[in-house]
Amino acid sequence: MLHKTIVRAPEWEIVIGLEVHTQLSTSSKIFSGASTAFGAEPNTQADAVSIALPGVLPVLNKGAVERAIKFGLAVGAHIAPHSVFARKNYFYPDLPKGYQISQFDLPVVGKGQITIQIPSTDSEQGYEKVVRITRAHLEEDAGKSLHEDFHGMTGIDLNRAGTPLLEIVSEPDMRSAAEAVAYAKTLHSLVRWIGICDGNMQEGSFRCDANVSVRRPGTPLGTRREIKNLNSFKFMQQAIDYEVQWQIETLENGGTIQQATVLFDPDKGETRMMRTKEEAHDYRYFPDPDLLPLEIPPQLIEEMRELLPELPDAMRARFIKECGLSAYDAAVLTSDWNTANYFECVAKYSLKDGESLDNADFKLCANWVINEVAAKMNQEGLASWRFGVSDNTLGRILQRIREGIINAKTAKDLFMEFWDIARNSGYQQFGGSPRLVDQLIDERGLTQVSDSGAIEALVDEIIAANADKVAEYRSGKDKLFGFFVGLAMKASKGKANPVQMNDILKHKLGG
Amino acid sequence: MSLTINDVKKVARLARLAATEQEAQIAHAQLSGIFGLIAEMQAVDTTGIEPMSHAQDVTQRLREDKVTEGDQRELFQSIAPQVEAGLYLVPQVIE
Repeated sequence: MLHKTIVRAPEWEIVIGLEVHTQLSTSSKIFSGASTAFGAEPNTQADAVSIALPGVLPVLNKGAVERAIKFGLAVGAHIAPHSVFARKNYFYPDLPKGYQISQFDLPVVGKGQITIQIPSTDSEQGYEKVVRITRAHLEEDAGKSLHEDFHGMTGIDLNRAGTPLLEIVSEPDMRSAAEAVAYAKTLHSLVRWIGICDGNMQEGSFRCDANVSVRRPGTPLGTRREIKNLNSFKFMQQAIDYEVQWQIETLENGGTIQQATVLFDPDKGETRMMRTKEEAHDYRYFPDPDLLPLEIPPQLIEEMRELLPELPDAMRARFIKECGLSAYDAAVLTSDWNTANYFECVAKYSLKDGESLDNADFKLCANWVINEVAAKMNQEGLASWRFGVSDNTLGRILQRIREGIINAKTAKDLFMEFWDIARNSGYQQFGGSPRLVDQLIDERGLTQVSDSGAIEALVDEIIAANADKVAEYRSGKDKLFGFFVGLAMKASKGKANPVQMNDILKHKLGG
Repeated sequence: MSLTINDVKKVARLARLAATEQEAQIAHAQLSGIFGLIAEMQAVDTTGIEPMSHAQDVTQRLREDKVTEGDQRELFQSIAPQVEAGLYLVPQVIE
């Protein structure tokens, strides 16, 4: 096995293009009225069209066309007013017609582009990059072959056959595995954002193929190998890293690269050849005579444009410009529509009575959503919409902080307590409510102590009881300040106004 | 354009048809006849005429996204040569 760490070889340039198959979130199949629900008993959703009984005819699903249009608009692409379905012929038992209905020379979505953010690493500063999209076309998915032991036979489940796919093809614009992963993640977020795909990678709703080649900078493109069916971002990173290293070593040892299709083996961390170009299929594409040309009228495009939400790029720019957030915070919040929307609602609910949104403390809200809410969801592996604490409850907690009624520690305790309630319900319900926030503050006397006389008295007591530590502090052991803060906070039962308490402590300890 | 016997054999292989030498010869003769017809059509002057992707000048009708087909597995599998655990069984394929 090759060593895993990539030696950064500046004399080689890495070139990557991605083909992504997104399953469109329609209820029925692309060419028939069978259900597309995941996980049904084998072949119970395989109707006469899905199993290709003789004499059946395909009828195109409007929902699939609408989703393709939405995607095209979201990447600034030209929507073809006239596009054609073609037959892609190949022989495999999970494709009972003997051809896949796809699009070839006239796809529904033309050239577009998306902006990706490559995150910082230990050695490199993060940056932004535009990746061009070549095209996106509609096609049908195939069924599934099960090669487990059926007495030397293969089992075929055609439930997935006919599920609508949008295949999104990028230009070979990516120059590292990190860029390829950033592109795939951005696309993954975008298709969920505009509601055309559920993005569930375990269920195969978002599958990536990576075309990888290397070349000396300034020379023509090298021969590429295609890594098939990458169904996680982690595997994509590993597979590309391995493939690049393998190609560079092969070339440096005087070998040549054969165009080929390879599979990634996650257990071994290696790519393995599936077939070479010589054995590759000759698909014999031709227009499908069963399907008429697809005409998309301008008014349908306009209808879809109306339905599009504010796009992540625009929202990110707005968060930076209008809410004063850092580029990092804005990028994290807009990585997912639910998170972005939650943040905006929290900001609204955190306003004091009669306060306008311009005066919201967006930074405070962003910190809470990123460091507390998103962190918890990540930790517990929750779907991006399964919030343990509702936006209006968190908003109320933050409102009470902003009004000086409770301090950050009390706020966090309440938040954690509410989240635990949600967890105990299996996230079937939110923990807490705005009313409960105020009720608990009242019942438990959580209002922060901002009475300077009370805090001073408490600090005096601590100083008197810890004369030795006070002497150490005064002789220059500054680190002890934290010790006194801890004692004072504990003495106030966590309710002291921390800013005020710090001031008083500093003053009194200073002697 | 003329068709060679090797073209016929290649197409047969792609379609997974086992053609004997004699069958390939027959198919070659028949397909060559079709090619002759195409050659005649290509002699027609089509300057300025947009190619059609379909014989009729009509466009695709779209279907509402609704589930209209129920489970008919039992009926469909009644004509399958072999089934097990709800799956259609076929000779083993490993790519």
